[in-house]
Amino acid sequence: MTADGYNFGYLDEQTKRMIRRAILKGVAIPGYQVPFGSREMPLPYGWGTGGIQITAAVIGPGDTLKVIDQGADDTTNAVSIRNFFVRMCDVATTERTAEASIIQTRHRIPERKLAPGQILVYQVPIPEPLRWLEPRETETRKMHALREYGVMHVKLYEDISVKGRVSTAYDYPVLVNGRYIMRPSPIPKFDTPKMHRMAALQLFGAGREKRIYAVPPYTDVVPLDFEDHPFTIETWDQACALCGATTSFLDEVILDDRGRRMFVCSDTDFCQERREAGHRGDGGPNPLEEAAE
Amino acid sequence: MTDDPVLTVTGLAKAYGRRVACRDVSFELWPGEVLAVVGESGSGKTTLLNCLGGLVPPDAGRVRFRRRSGEVIDLVAASEALRRAILRAEWGFVRQNPRDGLRFGVSAGANVGEPLMAIGGRHYGHIRGSASEWLDAVEIDPARMDDLPSSFSGGMQQRLQIARNLVTHPAIVLMDEPTGGLDVSVQARLLDLIRRLVREAGVAAIVVTHDLGVARLLADRMLVMRQGCVVEAGLTDQLLDDPQHAYTQLLVSSVLTV
Repeated sequence: MTADGYNFGYLDEQTKRMIRRAILKGVAIPGYQVPFGSREMPLPYGWGTGGIQITAAVIGPGDTLKVIDQGADDTTNAVSIRNFFVRMCDVATTERTAEASIIQTRHRIPERKLAPGQILVYQVPIPEPLRWLEPRETETRKMHALREYGVMHVKLYEDISVKGRVSTAYDYPVLVNGRYIMRPSPIPKFDTPKMHRMAALQLFGAGREKRIYAVPPYTDVVPLDFEDHPFTIETWDQACALCGATTSFLDEVILDDRGRRMFVCSDTDFCQERREAGHRGDGGPNPLEEAAE
Repeated sequence: MTDDPVLTVTGLAKAYGRRVACRDVSFELWPGEVLAVVGESGSGKTTLLNCLGGLVPPDAGRVRFRRRSGEVIDLVAASEALRRAILRAEWGFVRQNPRDGLRFGVSAGANVGEPLMAIGGRHYGHIRGSASEWLDAVEIDPARMDDLPSSFSGGMQQRLQIARNLVTHPAIVLMDEPTGGLDVSVQARLLDLIRRLVREAGVAAIVVTHDLGVARLLADRMLVMRQGCVVEAGLTDQLLDDPQHAYTQLLVSSVLTV
């Protein structure tokens, strides 16, 4: 049973229809930012209002929802949004990537390869990739319309000439379906290649900026780069201290004020599954032992 | 080939409300030629240039441009996409104020490289190489290519703008008061440089100026504008030495000779 006095999924049906129309348009034009009438939500802008509105518009009673924040299911933002949908839709939730039909995410794409039929909903703070290069919204729309994207490479050029390499490490600009340049939301560039020809539907919601965009399944998503400075992703010389994974995105966890730290998978479900399958890491430095010295 | 004008402007007109800025301006520009547009403040020179450069849509008239491919396009009637593509790849526009023509947030090298990236350059090394060559050509030390334009002097900023506009080897360069706001010795060096580069690159240029000295030094031909109309046109030396129109006579006689 959902909470009394509220419609299924919090939003009223007309609003859901409006959002679904925007989503359909977004799917039809991959990477194109569709304006929509973003609603006031019972939480502040910047906490995922865009993603929540998309999830609310596409979720049904039979769905299984997973919510992650920085890869983890147990952080404040993820727990709050998951509880919100449990109260408003009474849907099943899961922490297992494989079991979810809708995954709302902030800052990560799950390590496990997504399957056809799954929907990945991103929370987007700033949808416009040209924003910092061209402040006029009228002009950026024209640049998108006329495919005038040369200025995007100016930023990459500047990175290389000043820092010796492309220093953009998250929200890395991508070209979608050979046409629109898109911000993939602040995911690490480690995750950018996962968007390319992904089997799942990817939906992006920016609540404050009132924009929705989408990448349909199996669509080309190519990061921008130079021929002689190709796109690269982060690498680590450690394995996950808990599960021993060497192919996942690792978080650095500071253990004390004496410089000791450990690296663990940012995707908690991925790490858990590996440990259940018997994989073990080296455990990292033991904070209790050292503290006793 | 060079018998055909690269640019043919006919009946160009622009009014801001009831204030007429340009009235029935017609002229032709041949490849490699430098045309000066002179006149007092408010005579419509800059509006003319802005109409040609696509910054302001003209009310009437045709601007026919012969592309490298030989195809002739009316820029006024062309779609915005085509117009912007042509202006980007085959034209340059040196603005009066370097702040309008440069990106102050990125380095000098990025400023010169941007037009190359805009027309599809995707090789960092090549872009940087061309940028370095062009900085050298406009007498800016290539060692400063990673500095921000705001750390440059006014004359250097103007030269940087010129490098940025010539890097794509355009057919036409528009210049709006390129020496405005610079002191006399810097002006002289800049004029020298512009004259040399325009000759070497073989580009046609339209230079708007209120300074007859600049016109005398740079231009093959001149248009004299007053109240939005072209009152006199002709070869620079002829026009300056033997002005026919009363206004041109006034203009020429007002020049201080030291």
